[in-house]
Amino acid sequence: MSLTTNTAAAPQFSPENQREIARLLTQYPPERKKSALLPVLHLAQAQFGGWVSPEVQDLVADTLNLKPIEVYEVATFYTMFNLKAVGRHVLEVCRTGPCLIRGADELMAELEQKTGATFGGAPSPDGMFSLKEVECLASCGTAPMLQCREDYHENLDRPGAVDAMLTKLRAS
Amino acid sequence: MGRKLLTEHLNVAGIETFDVYRKHGGYRSVEKALKTMTPDEVTEEVKKSGLRGRGGAGFPAGMKWSFLDRKSDKPRYLVCNADESEPGTFKDRHLMSKLPHLLVEGMITASYALGAKASYIYIRGELMYVLRILQKAIDEAYAKGFLGKNILGSGYDLDLYVHPGGGAYICGEETALLESLEGKRGNPRNKPPFPAVWGLYGSPTVVNNVETIASVPVIVNDGGDEYAKIGIGRSTGTKLISACGHLNKPGIYEIEMGVPVEEFIYSDEYCGGIWKGRDLKAVIAGGSSVPILPKELILKTAAGENRLMTYESLADGGFATGTMLGSGGFIAMDETTCIVKHTWSLARFYHHESCGQCSPCREGTGWLEKVLHRLEHGHGHERDIDLLVSIAKQIEGNTICPLGDAAAWPVAAAVRHFRHEFEWHVREPKAATQPGAVYRGEAVLA
Ligand SMILES: Cc1cc2nc3c(=O)[nH]c(=O)nc-3n(C[C@H](O)[C@H](O)[C@H](O)COP(=O)(O)O)c2cc1C
Ligand code: SF4
Ligand code: FES
Repeated sequence: MSLTTNTAAAPQFSPENQREIARLLTQYPPERKKSALLPVLHLAQAQFGGWVSPEVQDLVADTLNLKPIEVYEVATFYTMFNLKAVGRHVLEVCRTGPCLIRGADELMAELEQKTGATFGGAPSPDGMFSLKEVECLASCGTAPMLQCREDYHENLDRPGAVDAMLTKLRAS
Repeated sequence: MGRKLLTEHLNVAGIETFDVYRKHGGYRSVEKALKTMTPDEVTEEVKKSGLRGRGGAGFPAGMKWSFLDRKSDKPRYLVCNADESEPGTFKDRHLMSKLPHLLVEGMITASYALGAKASYIYIRGELMYVLRILQKAIDEAYAKGFLGKNILGSGYDLDLYVHPGGGAYICGEETALLESLEGKRGNPRNKPPFPAVWGLYGSPTVVNNVETIASVPVIVNDGGDEYAKIGIGRSTGTKLISACGHLNKPGIYEIEMGVPVEEFIYSDEYCGGIWKGRDLKAVIAGGSSVPILPKELILKTAAGENRLMTYESLADGGFATGTMLGSGGFIAMDETTCIVKHTWSLARFYHHESCGQCSPCREGTGWLEKVLHRLEHGHGHERDIDLLVSIAKQIEGNTICPLGDAAAWPVAAAVRHFRHEFEWHVREPKAATQPGAVYRGEAVLA
């Protein structure tokens, strides 16, 4: 999805996501709709280009009958929710101790060089990649590694592993 | 070969499906418990087994279950802690993705013991693909009559749900997890009241780790006494160890409690030794929150006895010369590892993950990171080393939840055992900040 359609006025959940939200709400006691907030934020982020704009957060609030602040304070607490527009693929590199001693630094340098994006900075000029540092992803035995959407890319110190991954992502 | 109570069938083709899992003895504990045992009898077996919580603290599971407020007229909940975010720990992810039905089975049997009618698996949000695997297993269990109304004609009803987090280590702390499951920020609660009395939605709740719950079926099938025969003393049964760092064979190993640490590191049955023919320098044995030990002290206790993979043996010597089994996240570091840099990385982690509710943790973790950053980057002062120790002391024991301690201990232990290395960073900042530079002196024994 392109960045411009993300910011279109009055976002709406797709019919498929509306059905999924209805199902999610059956998971919690009827007076505890707020429990569905994190799963619904995940759905929203996936549908609206990988981030949750203020408008999207308002939609989530409306959907769950919450005050907007209840959604903002949660969206800002959890690191998985991106509050700014991101490139098409967000590469989330684990930088924590066990990955660090198995080459996380080298992986990060290689990714900056090969994508043109910077960690903690702008997406790549072509809008293809964003780079994000994250903490341990429970994949320490297959370090260095990164996550892109739901996929784990592991053992990225194998020769050619990064190139193969980037080529695949560019084509997808 | 040690016995594999959890992972015996892990590599069987199709074991993630109900039918294959069932063919290999799956869901027998549900049949046995629901048809032939009372809930209290199930709890009694878990007590007898000596099973201790596998999430890190090692609290006896049966005892925790018996604390659940059964007099309250509110619903009771079982919540599975699948937040697995402690650096070095990756066993639960592995178990859930390969053997989803084992966790589902454990949840049903444990929920029956606790009288829960609805239970939740709270899984870290990054593991959305594992959530989908679990959901599929849950759907199958419903279709086969192992979940839902009147399970196996026993009259017992149970709904099981899986719920994603949003990316926050603190949500592994059980009360933060419950807040998060209620759709709020993951701020740990003041205790008491404990979850056994005031848990999810203010109802009596038990929170257990994935591996704890996955151990319940074998305990119910074979009996608590049989389970307790494995292991040594109060460390009963088997434990999943996730081994990482500079090992020839990093990965997940199910060990019988009591395997010598040396055998675990060097034998081909387990980690196969240190990679690239290098020497071992240090180990963090139980996830990033436990004290680091130098090679000498991880292989042998200060008294010269072989260190074993048990709660007691790893803790031998207290924090002066020992550590903890913790979550079983085993991080091995070879001789080229810079302890200062690694400690800084962990301090940054805890600072990043502090929820900010209490000032000793919020401010203290920031200071630890800052001081370690300047030491690592060659701008440290001699007094910074004692400053680290003093900050750690001021955090420890002064916070709402144990994250404060978890941030303080690794730093205090690194200075305790590797003080020379910190001093070298102050004394020779130029040399110490060369890429790949590492102190080659002796690690200091306490
Ligand atoms: C900061 C922090 C993070 C924690 N993370 C986890 C975790 O990811 N998984 C887990 O099972 N327990 C974690 N715990 C421990 C839980 O609070 C709780 O003790 C545990 O889930 C109880 O289950 P058990 O008795 O079966 O081990 C954490 C504790 C703290 C203080
Ligand atoms: S110790 Fe840290 S993480 Fe725990 S409640 Fe206090 S500020 Fe939050
Ligand atoms: S430290 Fe990187 S996945 Fe655990």
